[in-house]
Amino acid sequence: MLLNEMLLLGAVLFCIGVYGVLARRNGVLVLMSIELILNAVNINLIAFGAFHHTVIGQIFALFVITVAAAEVGIGLAIVLLLYRNRRSIDLEQVDLMKG
Amino acid sequence: MIAEHVAFGIIAAVMVASALRVVTARDIVHAALYLVIVLAGVAALFLLVGAEFTGITQVLIYIGAVIVLFLFGIMLTRSDFDQDGETDHKRKLPAILTALLLLAVMIGALVDRFGDDRLDPTPQTTAQVSDELFSQYIVPFEAVSVLLLAALIGAIVIARREQGG
Amino acid sequence: MLNAIIAAEAAGGAVAASGWFLENAWLVWLFPAVSFLAILLFGKRLPRGGSEIGIAAVGASLVFGLLTAIQWISEVEGAGGDSAEGEYALGKGALAAAADGEASGGVSALTRSITWLTNGAEAIGAGIMIDGLAVMMIFVVTLVSLLVHVYSTDYVAGDRRYTHFFAFLSLFTASMLFFVTASTTLQMLVGWELVGVCSFALIGHWWEEKPNSDAALKAFLTNRVGDMGLIIGVSILFFGAGTFDVIGVNEAALNGSMSHTVTLAGALCLTAAVISKSGQFFLHTWLPDAMAGPTPVSALIHAATMVVAGVFMVARLYGVFFEGYTIGGASINLLALIGGITTLVGATLAFVQNDIKRVLAYSTVSQLGYMVLALGVGAWTAALFHLFTHAFFKACLFLGSGSVSHAVHSFDMKKDMGGLRQAMPHTYRTFMIAAVALAGLPILSGFWSKDEILAGTGGWGLFGGTDANGAYTAMLAMGMITAALTGAYMTRVVYLTFFGEYRGHGTPHESGPRITVPLWILAGLATVAGFINFPAGFQLVPKSWEEKFFHWVEPIGVSYFPAIKHATPSWSLAIVSVVVALAGIGAAYRYYFVRVKAVSPTATELPDGLTARSSLARLGHRILVNKYYLDWLYTTVIVGFVKGPLARAAYWTNQHVIDRVVNEAGTRSVQAGNIVYHKVDQLVVDGIVNSTGKISDSSGEELRRMQTGKVQQYAAIMFIAATILAGIFIIVI
Repeated sequence: MLLNEMLLLGAVLFCIGVYGVLARRNGVLVLMSIELILNAVNINLIAFGAFHHTVIGQIFALFVITVAAAEVGIGLAIVLLLYRNRRSIDLEQVDLMKG
Repeated sequence: MIAEHVAFGIIAAVMVASALRVVTARDIVHAALYLVIVLAGVAALFLLVGAEFTGITQVLIYIGAVIVLFLFGIMLTRSDFDQDGETDHKRKLPAILTALLLLAVMIGALVDRFGDDRLDPTPQTTAQVSDELFSQYIVPFEAVSVLLLAALIGAIVIARREQGG
Repeated sequence: MLNAIIAAEAAGGAVAASGWFLENAWLVWLFPAVSFLAILLFGKRLPRGGSEIGIAAVGASLVFGLLTAIQWISEVEGAGGDSAEGEYALGKGALAAAADGEASGGVSALTRSITWLTNGAEAIGAGIMIDGLAVMMIFVVTLVSLLVHVYSTDYVAGDRRYTHFFAFLSLFTASMLFFVTASTTLQMLVGWELVGVCSFALIGHWWEEKPNSDAALKAFLTNRVGDMGLIIGVSILFFGAGTFDVIGVNEAALNGSMSHTVTLAGALCLTAAVISKSGQFFLHTWLPDAMAGPTPVSALIHAATMVVAGVFMVARLYGVFFEGYTIGGASINLLALIGGITTLVGATLAFVQNDIKRVLAYSTVSQLGYMVLALGVGAWTAALFHLFTHAFFKACLFLGSGSVSHAVHSFDMKKDMGGLRQAMPHTYRTFMIAAVALAGLPILSGFWSKDEILAGTGGWGLFGGTDANGAYTAMLAMGMITAALTGAYMTRVVYLTFFGEYRGHGTPHESGPRITVPLWILAGLATVAGFINFPAGFQLVPKSWEEKFFHWVEPIGVSYFPAIKHATPSWSLAIVSVVVALAGIGAAYRYYFVRVKAVSPTATELPDGLTARSSLARLGHRILVNKYYLDWLYTTVIVGFVKGPLARAAYWTNQHVIDRVVNEAGTRSVQAGNIVYHKVDQLVVDGIVNSTGKISDSSGEELRRMQTGKVQQYAAIMFIAATILAGIFIIVI
């Protein structure tokens, strides 16, 4: 098995995630796309860990998973608040910071 | 060796296809279900390269907890999307261009640098992971636990209904 | 014995100290730390509101600190502290020196540490570093803290947050002791931040009143500026020396394994920390405002201990500063210059204050300037000795002012004081003793320490004696002027407070014994503290009594301390400095005690004084009243500029320039697309043109939307920028 097989798969997932973050209007879907990105990163960490025969890759992947859980919690809370205040989670309509 | 390749190929293909569906599906619930497939695929990959503990954690946390959280989020925010059925921006071109540009750069760099480095994974036991985590990385571990606590409190504070509101 | 010899070899010729109290000196901060928790948990339920716990804990620390000091002194004496004279006492020192074949004879600090935390492969230790400096600081902190505790039981009696007050006093004492016994720079950082938090909480003790909470915020925010310097400095030194150990960092700076540039950069960042914490020019403005806190707090934190944290830090990492600023053999450097300016600025500002505590606060600024100046010119011992004596007489002055305000319920000297001499005899006498000590008249403590600093500057060969580290003539001049100013403003304070006739309301009474006893103890120390460091060569006392402080505190012949020279003070310098101080006192005496008093016993200044007659003097007075316009500069000019014009300019640029550029770009692109479409369409391939126009159109559209406040567009820009940067990196590398 080539290292690059894993890395390229990670890259593809990452780019799909980026597309989702940029193209989706629904806040929850954007959060899901962010999960894709984080998983792509984890694939890289695990791949390199296996490549160098060290468990540090796993350790960092575990940290990423933990932080991702925290991120989903906060993100969904924000989306929920948005929904409660505006009856919509359409990111097109969220432009309070308009310059 | 061949079996490994075949397994990887199948998993990878399923993952990419599902990931594409996650970012294109019209129904949010479908997107969430496709996400389950991607996450399960990631877990399978982890097991394939010998990272058993992370693989199991992936299943427990992502599929067990995060997806459920997403489904809750979807239920609580059902809105007029269902009526006009539009979950994407009208103009997808910049997003596609950005993603493709990123992909091109990454593929270029990866192929250039790791052209034919071989990966021959050895199983990494949970004991090894815990030894490392609770000796060398105990401080980041504690920091992350504080972060989780802070996120928990933060999420409650943000999502809590104001009095009378 | 064997241990000592082994350690001596490790420390390069110096004997390592040992002893039970030295080894367990961490207990000294553990007592007040436990007391903090105990007061928080049980304080309210106790008959005396928790103050008894605090007093017991700090008292225990003081006793422990004294025993530590005694053990340390016996170690030093035993090791033959008089090595400079070549006298070797029998015992460990002689043995160790013989075993090592080196004639150093110094005693190196005792360090004990545990692994605090491990991150990756980097193990970070924590522990104690006990030497003369730490022992001296423990003594000062615990003693002043104990007296302040006792004083506070009367002063803040019946306060609504009595228990909290004592809890924070305990926490402060613990943090400060933790700071002075720290063996790593990281620990020092922790202690530094902790004392900052306590200072914030105690300044804002009566936070219900807006000025108090404002002052607390100001102190905290001003200190953040320097704290950043400390964090960056500690990081720089870590990467330069590869360790957080104080000894390791100093050694790396001294033996050249850390490059001079790195050392200088570290020293500069740490100087920023000193400027904010020790109230040096130009960040001193928080210190006078910090007087909004209760007076015992001002005495403990903003006079005797916390504000000298910066001085202590420089003294601890002296190798870094000595090498970084190349102090030896020079005539000016940043540290000395900052100290010199501060000492002048503080002394001049002290003249125009009507609030007695503010006068003392500016006086503290000025005296801290003296200490920093001394460190800047290489007079290490003089700086620490001044820290030592200053702690006593300034704490005494602050507590005295608190006693006065306790009686007249005000801090305003001009409106509510005067003639308190008879009403408050104890306060008056102790205040006078401390004021004379501050003014630097013999034989009180301030004289000895100030004189040593002036000698250490080595300016003007005539006065400077011999063996100074450089020729800092400008610093000597600044110090001399300040000496005159100090005498003058203290005379003004004494007249306005204790002489003339009472101008306030009611009948003031002397405070109770819990206030006067600490005052007398401090006044006594302010009198005699100077005697522990008789300068060599004056032949006032037997040789064995001379320079005790120097032998006990300064590390000699150890690898982590620079080989600094020690100036020998001269009689001529001592006489000149006394004459200068007397001149300042005399001028102020003539003005207040003779001329103002002649106008009326309740007058506070001459009706046709200098400011009334001379426009130049008026201008000077106005500048001083406005504190050199520094606060105005910070709030109105800098903050105002950022808030007002700069923000407006940014907004205008945003609205007019960026928007217009974006719009123009959009429309031009569309136009270009259209032109291309119409002209070329007829001739060349339809589809290419079409898509060019479309892309121009959509990119124009996207550009125009850059300022729409939509998250995803910002995300898109971020991703694209990151991609481009990554691409550049890949191509370049």
